[in-house]
Amino acid sequence: MSGHASNEINANVGWDGKGSPFSVGYGKLMMWFFLVSDALTFGGFLIAYGFTRYSYGGSWPIGEETFDALPFLQGSYPLAYVALMTFILIISSVTMVLAVEAGHRMDRKGVTKWMLATVLGGLIFVGSQAWEWSHFIHGTKFGRVELSDGSVATAKGEFGKIQSFEIVKPGAHYAGIGELITNDNITKEDGDLMHAFQHAAAKRNLSGTAGAMMITLHDGTVARVNKDADQGLQLIVKEAGTLHALSSADDETTRIHEEGGSVALYYEALSKGNVVYGANLHENEYGPQTYGHFFFFVTGFHGFHVTIGIILNIVIFLNVLKGTYHKRGHYEMVEKGGLYWHFVDLVWVFVFTFFYLI
Amino acid sequence: MEQRDDIIEYSLYNHHSEEEGKKMRKKIWKVTLILSLVTLFEVICGLIFKQGDSFSWHAIKVIFIILTVVKAGYIVLSFMHLGDEKKAFKWIILLPYLIFIFYLIFVGLTEGAAVGMKM
Repeated sequence: MSGHASNEINANVGWDGKGSPFSVGYGKLMMWFFLVSDALTFGGFLIAYGFTRYSYGGSWPIGEETFDALPFLQGSYPLAYVALMTFILIISSVTMVLAVEAGHRMDRKGVTKWMLATVLGGLIFVGSQAWEWSHFIHGTKFGRVELSDGSVATAKGEFGKIQSFEIVKPGAHYAGIGELITNDNITKEDGDLMHAFQHAAAKRNLSGTAGAMMITLHDGTVARVNKDADQGLQLIVKEAGTLHALSSADDETTRIHEEGGSVALYYEALSKGNVVYGANLHENEYGPQTYGHFFFFVTGFHGFHVTIGIILNIVIFLNVLKGTYHKRGHYEMVEKGGLYWHFVDLVWVFVFTFFYLI
Repeated sequence: MEQRDDIIEYSLYNHHSEEEGKKMRKKIWKVTLILSLVTLFEVICGLIFKQGDSFSWHAIKVIFIILTVVKAGYIVLSFMHLGDEKKAFKWIILLPYLIFIFYLIFVGLTEGAAVGMKM
């Protein structure tokens, strides 16, 4: 008889129908129902994202252009980091299912080992996501510029290193005309040369052209920027203006190259302060503002789920150590925690496809 | 009536032998390999094919979505053991979800295209 337990159930603990529907425990069934509703929530978010993207007129940020950084390394490694994150989450899903399997054999040692591995995998994933968010928020060295014709473009290429600021007009913190401000003697307020440069650009405190930029620092000091030349600067037009057409991702000739005057255009925009670095809730350098909202909301909501999963897994892990489930005679709690944990992995599979690949 | 989940009789298929365990672990590692390879394939395709209006990009987009559903299938049916549950239970979980989500996708794409045309 399907839907009914094949052996007698103690009448005191049976469901009201005196059997165990579908031969699954109450908690497990309810976990499944919860996951269906949660999956609908995520499904709604992703479909809303698709809707917005589908209805958007301009050029939407592209995964391999937006996410191409690795920690501690310079240069462009498209998708490498998110692929790594995906792999970490898949592996922690595997260790979870191995913990469940060990539980079915009442192998307490095995459950302990695999639960610990799962918790560690989860922590590594959340840590990776924190780094990715930090990178997304701080942005690239070039940022996004609005050109003089009203078109909006992101810049690609190798940013020439800023060597020093040469003081032209002393301010409150820096005296001595002709002296150099470097990362060694810059004030805390300015942070470092790169930070001071970006800050000044966004505040319209930069002027001049590519080889001869002047910067006004916090304290009113005016200095000449000694900066190496950028290599291979290209502008990818994301919103067309009166002079420049939209760039297409599959055709690099539609970008503005150095021969097309990308350097002059970029520094003209910079000296006017028409630049956005990184992302916050009001603007972002990657694309339309809704893109930033969706990125923070969907990956944030997923990260929140992972965090909750880690906490649940730690609680289960401690109970395994205490022997709670062994005394109980079964490890179903590991299975229920496992269902939630696999669900988190499942959501990431979809986020990965729709945010990063497509 | 008190409903408790710490009673073994609720979960009738909660235990298996050492031998069955061996078989299951083998299957787990097989699924792991499939999931990893599919992800690797997706990343490589993502690097090779650039977004645009070309036919190859539209084809690869469809392939991405199919592969994502394949991965989801392996996770739900194998890792979450939904494939091993009672048939009625399996469909009680899957069917309502699929009905709603296909409806939502249809609405999202239709309306998105309509809004896009107006802008």
